[in-house]
Amino acid sequence: MLASNLEATIVELLRLAVTDLPRDVSKGLEQALQKENNPTAKNQLNAILDNINLARQNSIPMCQDTGIQIFYVTVGSKFPLLHEIPHIIEKAVRRGTREIPLRPNTVNPVLHMNPNDNTGLHIPWINWKIIRGTDLQITAFPKGGGSENVCKLAMLTPGKGIRGVKRFVIDAVIEAGAKPCPPTIIGIGIGGGADICMKLAKEQLLRPVGQRHPNQKVAKLEEELLEAINATGIGPMGLGGDTTCLDVHIDFAMRHPASLPVGFAVQCWAARRATATITKKGKIEFTSHKVE
Amino acid sequence: MVTYELSTPISEEDVRKLRVNDVVYISGTIFTARDEAHERALDWFNSNKTLPIDPTGLAVFHCGPIVRKVKDEWELVAAGPTTSTRMEMYEDKFIEAFKIRVIIGKGGMGAKTARAMKRVGAIYGAFTGGAAVLAAKAVRRIIDVAWLDLGMPEALWIMEVERFGPLIVAIDSNGANLFEEVKAGVDRSREQVYKLAGL
Repeated sequence: MLASNLEATIVELLRLAVTDLPRDVSKGLEQALQKENNPTAKNQLNAILDNINLARQNSIPMCQDTGIQIFYVTVGSKFPLLHEIPHIIEKAVRRGTREIPLRPNTVNPVLHMNPNDNTGLHIPWINWKIIRGTDLQITAFPKGGGSENVCKLAMLTPGKGIRGVKRFVIDAVIEAGAKPCPPTIIGIGIGGGADICMKLAKEQLLRPVGQRHPNQKVAKLEEELLEAINATGIGPMGLGGDTTCLDVHIDFAMRHPASLPVGFAVQCWAARRATATITKKGKIEFTSHKVE
Repeated sequence: MVTYELSTPISEEDVRKLRVNDVVYISGTIFTARDEAHERALDWFNSNKTLPIDPTGLAVFHCGPIVRKVKDEWELVAAGPTTSTRMEMYEDKFIEAFKIRVIIGKGGMGAKTARAMKRVGAIYGAFTGGAAVLAAKAVRRIIDVAWLDLGMPEALWIMEVERFGPLIVAIDSNGANLFEEVKAGVDRSREQVYKLAGL
């Protein structure tokens, strides 16, 4: 019973994610439209908002690229199905691919074949956090290819410091230009190591637009970079304007004395994510979307 | 910034009046073509073979749509634009050969395409990246499909559209290129951007 409930919940999370943008993102786009001065940029933001509404009303994927399927799972060690979760997620992804539908996006890089069901070696990818307790929180995070292609890693000399981080981020945004379908959300991870900073950077893309980091220094850095990025003039779709980025989210980890790793992750305007919690008794609550 | 409504077949005169930043909506017939369809179309042109469609005065859409067959009819699910720069190596010859008047895609195109557009009289219309539902809504029906052997995304989907857009004129027939203008502007503001970040 719990297993089939969980599978159905994950299919619903995928459907919600690809058809209905979280309100913090659509609100961010609406606020950007209010502040925007460039007529072409206004036109593009209106087209994006029209598209979002049409997708929501008709329950159709808002973009034809429905992404690679990534999940964030925070689970209590006493949740009854702990060891079954990967299997259930995979089944749900196959079902969602047929029923929603999702574009079959998993390509074998060595054998050049596509199983046409959005699964395969390591995909769907699951980011685990195991905690004390009995409940499961699961986030579906379908990640599009256009914005993924401009993600970057820098292994800076520690002497470059936070100034080096800022410079790296601004240069990466300018180099990306129109490619990631701006307005974007930028995630930055500082410290840890090459893999850890990228992981942190990507995880930042889950934070709601408008949310500031609890550490004041980091929060200030987020605001400063957001203002600077929006002064580049790249604009929506790279056609020019004041709206290049909806938000910048930063987090950090301790670093090695010899290293200053910086991860730079990018999300297109179609910032798709959906979260639900499920208790050991099968009580389901969708927390990112209102579900009747 | 002027808004134009164009119907196919589009004349040279129709596109010569368009300027960068204008907004265009297209009604009539458009067809999709990605890398492989461009290559085959040019091969056929060079060996004097007739294309499955008369492309004169039509618009080409850089798009690999999601299409499904309902009974005997093709139905379009989602049809957002793909990155146009991949077609840069074909587009100038394509425009010259087929007198295409509008190229629709995302991300812009290069100097070779812009020169062909100036010579022949054609424009590049940027369609909002990812706005797949908005695009599909403007498609009334799929008239026909050719070259399905290339696969669903690469095939030549011929569509009847009504007010397909908004398209932002990003390259006009005078050689102006909005993406290049924006890039130059970004380069000019780079120092100011650094300053804002406290650098």
